[in-house]
Amino acid sequence: MKTYIKTLLAGLAVMVPLATPSLANTLRWSSAGDVISYDPNAQVDSFTQSVQHMVFDPLVRRNNDLVLEPALATSWEVIEPNRWRFKLRQGVKFHEGQPFNADDVVATIQRQIDPGARNRENLSAVVGVEKVDDYTVDLILRGPYPLLLNDLAAIYMMSKSWMEAHDALKPGNNTTGVTTYASNHANGTGAFKLMSYEPDSRSVFAVNENWWDKPQHNLTAVEFRPIASDATRVAALLSGELDMIAPVPLQDIDRISNTEGLKVMENPALREIFLVFSFRPELHTMPGKPNPLLELKVRQALWHAIDVNTIQKRLMRGKSRVSGMLVAPAVTGYDKSIDVPLPYDVDKAKSLLAEAGYPDGFKVQLACPNDRYIADEQICLAIASMWAKVGVQAELSTESKTTYFPRTDKGEFDVFMLGWASLPPMDGYSVLQALLATNDGEFGGSNTNGLSNAKIDELARSASVELDETKRVEMLKEAFRITHDQVLYLPLHQQPVAWAMSNKVDIPQFPDEYVRPWFAQMK
Amino acid sequence: MIRILSVRLLQALLVMLAVTAIAFIMFRFVGDPVAAMVREGATQAEKDALRATLGLDKPLVLQFIEFVGRVLRGDLGTSFRYQQPVASLLMSRLPATLELVIIATVMALAIGIPLGVLCALKPQAVLSRLTQSMTLVGISMPTFVTGLLLILIFAVNLRWLPSSGRGDLVDLGFWQSGFLTASGLKSLILPSITLALFQLTLIMRLVRSEMIDVLSSDYIRFAFARGLPRSYIYGRLALRNALMPVVTVTGLQIGQLIAFAIVTETVFQWPGMGLLFTNAVGYPDVPVLAAYLLFVGFLFVLINMIVDVLYTFIDPRLRTK
Amino acid sequence: MAWQSLLHRLPPVSVMIAGLILAIVVVLVIFAPMIAPMDPRDVSSYSLMDMEIPPAFMEGGDSRFLLGTDNQGRDLVSVILFGLRISILIGLGAVLFAAAVGVVLGLISGFFGGVVDSIVMRFADVLVSFPTILVALLISGIARAQLSADTVLLWAPVILIFAIAVNEWVQYARTVRASTMVEVARDYVRAAKVIGLPSGRIMMRHILPNVMSSVMVISTINLAGAILTEATLSFLGAGMPPTYPSLGTLIRIGNQFLFSGLWWIAVMPAAVLVILVLAVNVIGDYLRDRFNPKLMAR
Repeated sequence: MKTYIKTLLAGLAVMVPLATPSLANTLRWSSAGDVISYDPNAQVDSFTQSVQHMVFDPLVRRNNDLVLEPALATSWEVIEPNRWRFKLRQGVKFHEGQPFNADDVVATIQRQIDPGARNRENLSAVVGVEKVDDYTVDLILRGPYPLLLNDLAAIYMMSKSWMEAHDALKPGNNTTGVTTYASNHANGTGAFKLMSYEPDSRSVFAVNENWWDKPQHNLTAVEFRPIASDATRVAALLSGELDMIAPVPLQDIDRISNTEGLKVMENPALREIFLVFSFRPELHTMPGKPNPLLELKVRQALWHAIDVNTIQKRLMRGKSRVSGMLVAPAVTGYDKSIDVPLPYDVDKAKSLLAEAGYPDGFKVQLACPNDRYIADEQICLAIASMWAKVGVQAELSTESKTTYFPRTDKGEFDVFMLGWASLPPMDGYSVLQALLATNDGEFGGSNTNGLSNAKIDELARSASVELDETKRVEMLKEAFRITHDQVLYLPLHQQPVAWAMSNKVDIPQFPDEYVRPWFAQMK
Repeated sequence: MIRILSVRLLQALLVMLAVTAIAFIMFRFVGDPVAAMVREGATQAEKDALRATLGLDKPLVLQFIEFVGRVLRGDLGTSFRYQQPVASLLMSRLPATLELVIIATVMALAIGIPLGVLCALKPQAVLSRLTQSMTLVGISMPTFVTGLLLILIFAVNLRWLPSSGRGDLVDLGFWQSGFLTASGLKSLILPSITLALFQLTLIMRLVRSEMIDVLSSDYIRFAFARGLPRSYIYGRLALRNALMPVVTVTGLQIGQLIAFAIVTETVFQWPGMGLLFTNAVGYPDVPVLAAYLLFVGFLFVLINMIVDVLYTFIDPRLRTK
Repeated sequence: MAWQSLLHRLPPVSVMIAGLILAIVVVLVIFAPMIAPMDPRDVSSYSLMDMEIPPAFMEGGDSRFLLGTDNQGRDLVSVILFGLRISILIGLGAVLFAAAVGVVLGLISGFFGGVVDSIVMRFADVLVSFPTILVALLISGIARAQLSADTVLLWAPVILIFAIAVNEWVQYARTVRASTMVEVARDYVRAAKVIGLPSGRIMMRHILPNVMSSVMVISTINLAGAILTEATLSFLGAGMPPTYPSLGTLIRIGNQFLFSGLWWIAVMPAAVLVILVLAVNVIGDYLRDRFNPKLMAR
């Protein structure tokens, strides 16, 4: 059979085998979603960005401990508060052979800050870029900005001549429907080359033999397959079609750990799961009446009414960490003294509701995605049940993330579930800027439910330009303390990151949930 | 005959026009395309500009005519989700679905015809009665349950066959085939069995009833009376006549089967048009939904036309009318 | 000899068993609120402490939960009973809706013929070119895109009934139209027309009774199909929400746990679904052979 195929292949010149040769060290892994586009600027999906990182390098990157280190830039200095100078690495080549230099950085940054780029917010502090010489580049900032390096770690360098050759100098944009050659092709300087991309089916990568860095992996190829259904993904691992699945559904951890030849890795992730309250004058469920959620006591009661420990033990199977704030311990701005949930206390909840003037509770919408966070739908059903016990009737609706998030953006819900990982900067400012500050076009981009707190707004503005790290962190913590005391959000827990893989695979796990095959070893 | 054919052609065109109208309505009115495409927090002016670029501010009739024109040119728009032209997206998924449907049909015919014949010839035999009752169980099992059962048994427990995907493919330039690799063929087995079960029942029952009909006809009785050998009567005379409608129905069913593959492809993560469609429903990726609708409609009209034309040639009565 | 002919006239054992099963199902469904140990519609009765308990007959089972509990700590017997209720309700709703539309259009089209007939039948042609599952998925997808989340929640059963019925009426319309055309050509109908009886009355009084047996047979067979379609939609996530689960929703939820050793969450509702549909199919098959052997196998 095999020889027959070979003859056939030799006979037909047009035939290209798509399959990766079954060499020993091919890492075949799967996740629930697919890469939306290989254009770094066309989307804001953190999973997509994680896969793109295999192919592209940023100027600075995160190392094995997630600490920032030089990548395509070797050094940098702040010349003026709004002008940073970067020295570029020499002798780097793109996968298709183009040498990497300052022109590529200029083109990439211009593409990134183009008004048409979907993810231009990821580098919102930068207003311009100037070439100094072939290996020196200046970034021009809006003003003093403390998080530039954090932001740059997620900006992937593309080749100018390649973009010119394929008419892709302008960014693609997933939401406006702009596509370019770069949407389904990629030419980076990264550890792996993209060989083929079949949407919803698979992406195949080969090792970049000419990578500028010394590889810490021993892979020969990587094959990525998106499998949406949890059960099917687990089945594919159990049947040996895959070497690794990330994430593994929590309910399957026991079974997989007990299967010979397979292992499970788990760690706390950065992602915090919480409920978002409506701060609009009325609830959708009670038009014409004042919104009970505007009362602090009501929000406290709702928190007291949720048995977070049981959710952690049962639904999250002991794998999550109960939390009281919106950032995880690894994120700058975290404060242990704030990270305390209100205790589960049904009587307290009832009396708080009574004090607030709702002795018989009220009706409220509760919306959740059913395919975004771990056990999202189950958690919401459980919360609806717990709230019912203190008299608050939750009208629960669950739906796919694809329809859910547009609705949350439009403010269609009273109370809804959200997760936040403070990525890419891994800094609490991300929460302050996007979730806590009032939505005014510049700040509060993800604060769609009318939350507005003058003190927090002030803190957000000062933190955005504060270069003194100690002062800046204090500002973050103060904002988080207000959030906690005022119950502006209802934190539930910190998600775990759990992967299952064959014993042959050895790969480090990171709280940002990125799969980094360039650190993988296979036996 | 030309008159009949042209009437048929006209009808087919009308059907296609109706389907196109439905697709247009979906395209235009389901979920504001502007809201779906514009960036978050866009100003009204930005939205209006996009509306104008998309031609959504023109009169509806004009928009529909333009839409028909685009469809005729094979331009089915750009998928919201994949950011690719829908037409090429559908074409790239077609091989996966067709290979699945072809194997399933072959399987259904290969098993369904002998079983149907058996049930007709020996209705009291144990195997016949077993088959008869199994077909009832067969049509009572939802496709997704059958699929999950097969995965559980053959992929997870026995580890014989892959549970999802198409395996290794060979690119023939215009067609990515799973027929040419061992893993591709192995991947085909479970999904095609799942899909074949749906058709198997139909074919078996049809063969059975046609055989019974044919066997009670006069010329078969004459053949028996003349003392022709049984194998000749059953095999050459009866079966051949009974198979005509079977072939027709199988052909007509291919369109149905392609659409029916939606569920099978979802369960097995088979990257065909059906999976594309289910993913589009959840998104909702309206251009893909509309294009898929057009495609299935077109396929149906085409197959019906072919059957009609063939019948006109075969059946002399239709010719003289 | 007499008892033998009597025996001959009785339906076969399989049909009687199927009938018995259906009778039990009907009783269970009607009295579900009284029979079910807990009411899954009461969210406050869920307890996470009871989640994922295996069926009572297994090790680790709990006598309170005969078939075990699901991932929310809901008693499976209760959720299945109420799920069965929703599945049957939607199945019956779809069949009735399709039958009503189909019979009326079939009567009109067969009675009046001409342009009306052409329009209705061409429309039917277009519709049947799309499999039910495709149309139903489309409609429920469109509904989701167009309506707000709570509207979808509230109207989910109605949307499903409509989505399933939308191209099931064609079969009724075609059958009724054919029979109507035969009846219209008969002398008594012509006579009735000549006397000047209103068309509506002729249709109701004289034609409808003649087509009712076909309609009944089609309905039984379609009921099985409608229940399966609903289950498939819910399984694909385009059907009933988890707060008001049908059998398909329950299987979808359980499917996540199929490989985790918690097989009962998916298998119990799946078994009930298959038994229900099988019973309906057995009876449908029997009715078809008995009353209307000419109706084509699907």
